[in-house]
Amino acid sequence: MNTIRKREELGRNVVRYVVDAPLVATHRKPGQFVIIRVTDHGERIPLTIADANPEMGTISLIVQSVGKTTREMTMLRPGNAIHDIVGPLGRPTHIQRFGTVLCVGGGIGIAPLYPIAKGMKEARNRVITILGARTHDLLILEDDMRNVSDELIVTTDDGSYGTKGLVTDAIRFLVNGGNHIDQAIVIGPPLMMKFTSLLTKELGIPTMASLNPIMIDGTGMCGGCRVTVGGEIKFACVDGPEFDAHEVDWDSMIRRLGTYCTAEQVAADRYDHECHVGLDAGESR
Amino acid sequence: MNASTRFKLSPVVMPEQDPAERVHNVREVPLGFTPEMALHEAQRCLHCTNQPCVEGCPVGVRIPEFIQAIESGDYLAGIGIIKQTNLLPAVCGRVCPQEEQCQKNCTVGKAHRDVGQAVQIGQLERFLADWERENHAAVIPQIPFASGRRVAVIGSGPAGLTVAGDLIKLGHAVTVFEALHMPGGVLGYGIPEFRLPKEIVYAEVAYLTRLGVDFQYNMVIGKSLGVDEVRQSYDAVFIGSGAGLPNFLGIPGESLLGVYSANEYLTRANLMHAYNENSDTPILRGKSVEVLGGGNVAMDSARTALRLGALRAIVLYRRSEEEMPARKEEYHHAVQEGVEFHFLQNPVKILGNREGWVTGLTVQKMQLGEPDASGRRRPLPIAGQTSNVPADVVVVAIGNNPNPLIPAALPSLQMNRHGGIVTDENTMETSVPGVFAGGDIVLGAATVILAMGQGRKAARAIHALLTRTTETAKG
Repeated sequence: MNTIRKREELGRNVVRYVVDAPLVATHRKPGQFVIIRVTDHGERIPLTIADANPEMGTISLIVQSVGKTTREMTMLRPGNAIHDIVGPLGRPTHIQRFGTVLCVGGGIGIAPLYPIAKGMKEARNRVITILGARTHDLLILEDDMRNVSDELIVTTDDGSYGTKGLVTDAIRFLVNGGNHIDQAIVIGPPLMMKFTSLLTKELGIPTMASLNPIMIDGTGMCGGCRVTVGGEIKFACVDGPEFDAHEVDWDSMIRRLGTYCTAEQVAADRYDHECHVGLDAGESR
Repeated sequence: MNASTRFKLSPVVMPEQDPAERVHNVREVPLGFTPEMALHEAQRCLHCTNQPCVEGCPVGVRIPEFIQAIESGDYLAGIGIIKQTNLLPAVCGRVCPQEEQCQKNCTVGKAHRDVGQAVQIGQLERFLADWERENHAAVIPQIPFASGRRVAVIGSGPAGLTVAGDLIKLGHAVTVFEALHMPGGVLGYGIPEFRLPKEIVYAEVAYLTRLGVDFQYNMVIGKSLGVDEVRQSYDAVFIGSGAGLPNFLGIPGESLLGVYSANEYLTRANLMHAYNENSDTPILRGKSVEVLGGGNVAMDSARTALRLGALRAIVLYRRSEEEMPARKEEYHHAVQEGVEFHFLQNPVKILGNREGWVTGLTVQKMQLGEPDASGRRRPLPIAGQTSNVPADVVVVAIGNNPNPLIPAALPSLQMNRHGGIVTDENTMETSVPGVFAGGDIVLGAATVILAMGQGRKAARAIHALLTRTTETAKG
C-alpha cells in the first residue's frame, strides 16, 4: 500500500499526487514509469514518474481522469492509498550534453517531460520547451517547465493562451528563426507525437518519443505493449519507453491504443465519461 | 492383497465436469478422487522393489510409500512423505506430465503396454494434497535453529517457491521478491483457473508464509532494487525469474488489433480476472479465435477462448497430431470441449481490415518431410496450397524465451545463446559466485516439475555454501 501525502489539481481533470514509494524514489531516473493498481481488484496501468524526492521516499504521479481507473484514482485524497505501485520500469532517458535540446510536450505528456527537461538542463544543454494544449485550462506544469528551460513557448489550439496553433507551428517558427536544434524529445498525445516526428524528420532533427502503449506487467512478459520500430517488434516496457521517433510505426501504435475503446467506454460510462483513448491516450500518462 | 489381484484392478475413472457445462465456467475440470476411489487406485500399486516410478520423478518423491499410506488410510503420513521431497503436491498432482515421468515407468502400465493403464500417481498425489488443504491439516515443521543467514529468491514461480521452502526449513531467512502483485509466477498468470485453481497456489504460498518466508510483491529486481544491492544484503541469491518473454512469428499482421501473445491473453483472463465480465481489465471476446501453436499453452488459450464465449476456437499447428507437444490429457480435454484442430497448417500472414482489426489468417498447407534436429518430422510447405481462414482474435502460443531483465541488470552473468542463464548442472550456481539460478530462466520454457527439481538442487547447494561459510567464520 502506498499512502498519498499530497493532492493538487493542476488543471481540468488533472491531479498531481505525491505518494509514498521509497524504493522507486531512490531508484528512478528521468524517462521511467511505474505500473499501478488503484484497488485490489483494479487493472494495471502505466503512469510516468513526474518527479521524486528520495529523502522523503515519495514520487509524484500526474493523472488525468479519462477512463474508469484514472477516474477512480483522481477520487483519492491524502491519507488514502494506491494499492500497488511497481517500478521504476523501462529504460531511463539518454541524457547527455547535446547542445540545444528541444522538449515538446502536449497534454499530460508534459508530466513525464518535466524530469527529462530538468535532466537535460542539469547536463548543461540549452533547453527550449514547447508546450501544447487544446485550451488554456488543460495546460499543466507551465511554471515548473519554465524553471528548467532557457526558452518556453506555449501554444493552444483555440488561442485561449500563448500562441494560437499547434506545437508543429512553433517548431517551424523556431527553426525558421535560425535556432539550431541538436536533439528533440516529444511526449504527448500520439497524434501530436506523430506529426511532430514527421516534421522533425523533414527538418533533420534527431528526435526521441516516449511511447505509452497498453501494458500489463511491465517486465516484458505479456508483449501487449509491442510497437514496431524500424520494422522490428519492440516491447515498450523493457526496450523503451523511448524510441527514435522517426522509426516508430505511428499509425499502428495509435490504432493499438484503441483496442479496448469499446470496453473502456462501457466501464467509463458508469462514471458518465467518454472514451478518449484513440486521441488522447497520452493523457493517461 | 496379492500382486495378481492388484494387477487385475482397472484404473479408476476420474470424475470430470461435463464438457458442455464446463465451457461456461472456469471451475476445475477433473473433480478429484473420493476416498473410495483413492483407495481403489492405491490398491493397483504393485510396490515393486526397484521402484521405477521414483526414478522417473525429477524430485524423487517416494511414490510407493505415499500410495501405501493411502491404502492404510493414513493420509497425514502420506502427505508428509510427499512433502519431504515435493513442496507443491497440489500443483504437481495437477500439472506435471506424469505420463512422461513417474507413470511412464510404472510396471503396471508397462505390463499392459499402455501408459494409460499405469497407476494414476498424479491423481493420488493431488488427492492427498487436497485432503490436507481442505482439512487444514498442514503440519508446520519444527525449524531446528536460525542460521542467521539470509537468502534472496527472485521470482515466486515453482523454482523460487521450492528454494524458499527448502531453505526456510533448514533455518535460513528467506525473502522472495515477486514482480507482480500476486505470487506464483506462471502458476498464477499463465496456467488457467480451470486447470489450476489459484486458491491452491495461494494456499501453498500461505503455508510458506507461516513457515516464515517473507514475500515482497511489486519488486522488479534489476529495477526496484539493483541485483548488486540484493547481493550485498543477502548471503546468497537465487534467480527464478522465468521465461516471461513471448515469441512472435515475425509474420505480417502481428500488430493488428486482436492479436495476442498467449501470455497476454492468459494473464488478462487469469491474473486479472477478465473472464469475469465485471473485471476492470478488459479482454477481447472473439467469436472466432485462432490459436497458433501446439503446446499446452495453446490448449490453455483455446479452452480459455471457449470460456470467454468464442463460438469457434481453432488450434492451428504446422505439424501433425503425432508431433504435437501438448499433453494428451490437455489435448483430450480440448477436443471434448469442442476446440477444433487444424493440423499441417502454417500461418503465413494475419489479415486485417482498414481499421486495423484482425479478420483472419492466410495459412499454408504443410506436409511432413524428414526428421529435423528435434527428431520430429520437419513440416514442409506444399507449393500453391494456401487459403484464408476467418478470425477475430488470434493468439500466438509458440513459446517463450527467458526474461531478459535480470541478465541485463547483471552483465557478468554468463548466458547461453537462447538467452538462458548458464549454471553448473549439479549446484545451479551461475558464473557469478553466490548467485544461483533455476527453472525457465535456465531451461527456457519447460515444466513446473523440472523447475522445482532445479530449485531443489540449488537449495541444497545454497545450504552447503551457507553452512560452509558459517563454519569457516566460526573457525
